[in-house]
Amino acid sequence: MDEGPPSHKSLVQREPEDDAPATRDLRDLLPGIEPERQVNDWGRSERVEGFMDRVLYDFYYHLWFRCEVEGIENVPADGGALLVSNHSGALPPDGPMIGKAIKEEHDRPRPLYMTVEHFFKGYPGFSMLLPKIGCVPAHPANVQRLLADERQLVLVFPEGRKGSEKLYRDRYRLQRFGRAGFVAAAMRAGVPIVPVALMGAEEAAPIFGHISLLKRLTGLIYFPITPTFPHGGPLAMLGYLPAKFKIRFLPPVRTDDLGEEPWQDRSLVQTVAQDIRASIQEELVDMVAARKSVWLG
Amino acid sequence: MTSRRVLITGLSTYWGGRLAQALEADPRFEAIIGVDKTPPKVELQRTEFVRVVDQHSLIRRIVEAAEIDTVVDTRLVVDSIVTAPRLAHENNVIGTMNILAACAGSDSPVRKVVFKSSAHFYGAQQDDPAYFTEDMDRPHPARIPLERDVVEAEAAVRDFAERQPAATVTVLRYANGLGPALRTSHTTLFDRGLVPVLLGFDPRYQFVHEDDIAGCLEHAVRNDLDGVYNCAADGVLVLSEVLDLLGKRAVPILPPLGTGLAAGALRRAGLHIPPEMLNQLRFGRALDNRKLKATGYRYRFTTRETVVKLREHQRVAPLLRRSGESYRYEEEVEEFLRYSPSVRPLERDAGRRLVNVPAGQGGAAPAPGSPVTAYADLRDEEVVALLASLDGDDLRDLRDHERSNAGRKGVLEAIDRILDGQA
Repeated sequence: MDEGPPSHKSLVQREPEDDAPATRDLRDLLPGIEPERQVNDWGRSERVEGFMDRVLYDFYYHLWFRCEVEGIENVPADGGALLVSNHSGALPPDGPMIGKAIKEEHDRPRPLYMTVEHFFKGYPGFSMLLPKIGCVPAHPANVQRLLADERQLVLVFPEGRKGSEKLYRDRYRLQRFGRAGFVAAAMRAGVPIVPVALMGAEEAAPIFGHISLLKRLTGLIYFPITPTFPHGGPLAMLGYLPAKFKIRFLPPVRTDDLGEEPWQDRSLVQTVAQDIRASIQEELVDMVAARKSVWLG
Repeated sequence: MTSRRVLITGLSTYWGGRLAQALEADPRFEAIIGVDKTPPKVELQRTEFVRVVDQHSLIRRIVEAAEIDTVVDTRLVVDSIVTAPRLAHENNVIGTMNILAACAGSDSPVRKVVFKSSAHFYGAQQDDPAYFTEDMDRPHPARIPLERDVVEAEAAVRDFAERQPAATVTVLRYANGLGPALRTSHTTLFDRGLVPVLLGFDPRYQFVHEDDIAGCLEHAVRNDLDGVYNCAADGVLVLSEVLDLLGKRAVPILPPLGTGLAAGALRRAGLHIPPEMLNQLRFGRALDNRKLKATGYRYRFTTRETVVKLREHQRVAPLLRRSGESYRYEEEVEEFLRYSPSVRPLERDAGRRLVNVPAGQGGAAPAPGSPVTAYADLRDEEVVALLASLDGDDLRDLRDHERSNAGRKGVLEAIDRILDGQA
């Protein structure tokens, strides 16, 4: 100890009003926000996100993809909500564009957290960048904390990599919805599920094939061949084709009126997941049918 | 249950010493006894130190002889730079089992065990949740020796709790400690101008300030907290943020592949990055601290403030560097100070010494109705001078108290005189 004599007074700060502390809602005990910080507890960085927004998202949203948004009022203005969307594109542009749509079009814009595979937490570079722009590893406990405790908007892609790695010929065909963990998470948190149908990302970054040797060498989850990648170098992953984007937010599905502990009922969870998958698939078919041109909408 | 007679195992660890200092100031703790292999590193007033290597028969004798009701185990080695892995294992696993054995049994006076554990219980892995809660287990079995030790030690504690259902067993899982007086592998890393980090990673970090480490222990002694509690400051920083606050520059020289080899090379160059820390530098770790907060504990520092405090210390540390002035435990001096009849109670010890007087000799409790706590220590004329401030009922109470205790004639006469005058 080289900081002078230690103080001998009690180290515990007691609060007289704590009579029944055990029953207190843990939600009130979340750490406060420190205004001096630019990074939040999830590792999300205002500075990096602002930079990405100015340099990439603005350009892609307004000029390149010319995003058209419908049903933004279906995203609740407060409280937690789980957004569920189809997933596509080698380096998927859909997540950031949905986030940007909420920021641009909603009356009360809020940050959107995107869940990504645990894989990215272990991959150098991705591990550093993804949390800074609002990505969170898809752990049920993370989704639970964001939805129930912090009352945030969370976006999940239940198809996962099966969606983003699928070939161009399978476009707009929704893949299997995993184990429907996202429905159980929303039920536990008692928050609504907002299905989202997004058209355009399939054509913006079509995948024609995979190189399994390079996949193994780089340790990535897949190594795609797109119009610009790999011959254009790693940054060519951002070389999207200028397809017209259309984002449609569908009416929210309530999960708080399904009885006691509905997440215990596996068949109910699967049914809700199937319904949501079907509604997104139908919507996509409608949207593609109504589209006159891939590039002009 | 109120703790009165406390045994601190690991008194010479930083946390053991701090806890003893904090408990000493409260006269409700009748006896504070500390055991350890080495003498205490901080100055203690009335804590009694017994040098014991954790042999369970000796500790058992101390526990029984001193009628210990609360055992606080602060011995756990949570940082590989402190000891060699084999010694750490000896201390963490075998030592814990010995101490628990000393507290076990139906005739044991121990009613509460507080065990200082570590977030190394959870490890740091790729598929971890962003916040560990107390009911979560680690996603993969522990492979790193230190983490395995912590898991095994906690298993022993859990086993003890099941066998002693009447005892309150508290397990405190601490995040990485940080503070001016703490020497951990993280502070050695942060003391450098250039801090080696893992290329392409910016892990989430959560710390707990040294004051809060001792504070949580004290909170667990004062309250009955059964079960496991995470102890970590509010707020989670990313490593780059920590280094910004410390004014250090990150050098990404640890490669993502072959990190162990690079760490070995660094070790030869004089910087020891233990394996459990390599995992944290890659994946980071954070704890949900709300369960302990719900029991009424208030952290004094957030993670950010903890880091800022460390920075402040780093700025002044070169100015404060002193040689040989730090505290050294001298057995004879400490024994003289505690037990010699010639030692007068210090002014600041007055409240404390009163409690040490064996019951039945008077003065242990403040006299009812008497305006002063150390009433029995006052001389006659001092008491008489204070009498004017009392009213009739209090005076009568005081007269009864004086008759049944000291029975000083001058005082009794003075009280009677005033009462007569009032009547």
